[in-house]
Amino acid sequence: MKRLLKSGRVIDPVNAIDGVMDVLIDGERIVQVGRDLPTDGASVVEVPANLVVCPGFIDMHVHLREPGQEHKETVATGVAAAVAGGFTAVACMPNTVPVNDSATVTALILAKAAEAALARVYPIGAVSKASKGELLADIAELKHAGCVAITDDGHPVATALLLRRALEYAGMFDIPVIEHCEEPSLKGDGVAHEGFHAAALGLRGIPGACEALGVERGVLLSELTGSAFHVAHMSARASMRAVAKGKTAGVRVTCEVAPHHFTLTDEALRTPVPYDTNMKMNPPLREAADRDAMLAGIADGTVDAIATDHAPHHYDEKNAEFDRAPFGIVGLETAVSLSLDRLVHSGLIRLPRLVELMSVNPARILRVTGGSLSPGAPADITVIAPDLAVRVEARAMRSRSKNTPFDGWELRGGVAATIVGGRTAFVNPSVAALKEW
Amino acid sequence: MSVTRDVDALPAITSLRRKDLLGIADLSPDEIALVLDTAEAMKEIGSRPIKKVPALRGKTVVNLFFEPSTRTRTSFEIAEKRLSADTLNIAIASSSVVKGETLADTALNLEAMSPDMIVLRHSSSGACHLLSRICRSSIINAGDGMHEHPTQALLDAFTIREHKKRLRGLKVAIVGDLLHSRVLRSNIHLLTKMGADVWVCGPPTLMPADIGRFGVQATSVIEDAVRDADVIMLLRIQLERMEGAYFPSLREYFTIFGMTEARLKLAQPDAIIMHPGPMNRGVEIASEVADGPYSVILEQVANGVAVRMAVLHLLASAPEHEEAA
Repeated sequence: MKRLLKSGRVIDPVNAIDGVMDVLIDGERIVQVGRDLPTDGASVVEVPANLVVCPGFIDMHVHLREPGQEHKETVATGVAAAVAGGFTAVACMPNTVPVNDSATVTALILAKAAEAALARVYPIGAVSKASKGELLADIAELKHAGCVAITDDGHPVATALLLRRALEYAGMFDIPVIEHCEEPSLKGDGVAHEGFHAAALGLRGIPGACEALGVERGVLLSELTGSAFHVAHMSARASMRAVAKGKTAGVRVTCEVAPHHFTLTDEALRTPVPYDTNMKMNPPLREAADRDAMLAGIADGTVDAIATDHAPHHYDEKNAEFDRAPFGIVGLETAVSLSLDRLVHSGLIRLPRLVELMSVNPARILRVTGGSLSPGAPADITVIAPDLAVRVEARAMRSRSKNTPFDGWELRGGVAATIVGGRTAFVNPSVAALKEW
Repeated sequence: MSVTRDVDALPAITSLRRKDLLGIADLSPDEIALVLDTAEAMKEIGSRPIKKVPALRGKTVVNLFFEPSTRTRTSFEIAEKRLSADTLNIAIASSSVVKGETLADTALNLEAMSPDMIVLRHSSSGACHLLSRICRSSIINAGDGMHEHPTQALLDAFTIREHKKRLRGLKVAIVGDLLHSRVLRSNIHLLTKMGADVWVCGPPTLMPADIGRFGVQATSVIEDAVRDADVIMLLRIQLERMEGAYFPSLREYFTIFGMTEARLKLAQPDAIIMHPGPMNRGVEIASEVADGPYSVILEQVANGVAVRMAVLHLLASAPEHEEAA
């Protein structure tokens, strides 16, 4: 069955396209993008003038919690949140229970994803068995089962030697090692960014250097091994310097930044709600100079991807003393609005750069399909409404958990529709013109 | 923090319009002065042969202590009894936390029995804020983690005022483990709001981040901190800090930061020595100093009762709550 998305603004950076075009889809694949394409028996869908058609957004850092923590999230609720947030694909972290260090767990995640049939799911395997930092996981097995990268996320890879081996070994399959960069002895029992606000609240601090040391280690070992190294959820200005330096030296290093780290600062620990556990994540919300460095890195190209570090936690777990509550917030359903509001409407970047950050580069880093609207590519399409007035409502989220710091926020820009493999997986009911989608 | 007030002036307000006392950071200089003035009247009650007034008769006060405490818990309990409140002590050993109940559930269960006030001591910073969001009862912070210990700062200020007749313009040196101290944070808020010149001193390893933004002078040279000081306050050095490599040995700590008679000579001739307790003699303070004529350490303990009576009374009689939501 053919569908023609008619007369929308299409942004496809890989093919240097930015203009009013038609997109012809046949079944699961893109046939062609061009001006005034013949209808040719396709059903025609008019794209309203204020919407933008983009290659599907890919969130390369989410926690789907299944198997083992289904009270927080399942693959099914996670992908429902993903498509509602404009993501046609997500890459899920291996810190499930049990850890995704085997083909069995990978297969289970993929089976659940196939059953849900919404967003594509790319499992990420563990670097080490049970992510314990001792023995390498069976990386070839993981790769063949469908894993697109390896990480011990939640923690850094335990030793420099093991990280070196992981990089060398993963290099054989050309999959990146994704690292939660952190020097454990500097983190200690810290729960917030080390700075004035944590000091005033009496919260134990985690300095930016804690992360930057991990970034420096990874960049050096990436240079040593020649393998691809990806920095997860980067938050500190010293980390940004380390990545920029590595890139200048030709090291195969890439990095991602989460929307909360380019939006919020550690001041949010105190106001409006003191000790709000939805302001607790790792790495922590940092000071304004760090937030500004994230914004600068997004503008100057140092940052490769925006990824949410979607970390659902149950209400009961977050309704606790600040130092006892778990780290992490949900992000899938707010990322596009925050990015449009804070990055595009602020004038920092333009829409094609946003598409690079949310689609082109994640696909490139993970070596997965997507990231373009090239003929023959899967018809994974995110349609955004850059000027839509959005009010974030935690209660209305598809995710099983509602632990967002952005509840009640009013933002400019949102998701209009999400098409995965030619199938419409989500249509935003508040975009009236899309009724017939 | 730039607002300061002469303690000699009459208080501009006559009641606290708040449900809780979570920290000194929330209080205005007028509110602080009101508590201190009220404590003077309360102190007089403690000197009577019959040390009891009916101010809190029929009110139920729960002392909920998740951390061991002798001084603070006893002080609150005496204060409550002198005001004729019905008091109930819940200590960590007998609490249901060991059975896995959350703090929120403990609070809800207590709340169901309609206490009027809950005095909370907890090892987590912000525990009182959590309780205050859940409970209709007034929450009084008796020390939360490394955050605040507001009644300690109020009793310290009361004691200083008894000796110096003012707070504004005094040089106050606070020496010791600054990083882990809730007493420090409450005292900084209170003393800077009331116009004192606050100096803090300790090794850089035990200094909170960005200490300069608290409106104090920070130094690791104890002589600079105590020179011409009107008040010297020592903070407890916890013996286990050596394991965190904050300093090499208690002996070396005492050599560099210990309060000795020789160092005391640098201060004003009428300087007073304070300590919130419990003391480590020979670590942060030499015994001769702790027991010297300028030491007001036991007066602090005595004044704690009067100040806590004032806080309990003012919160119980607050005409309406204007606590921010």
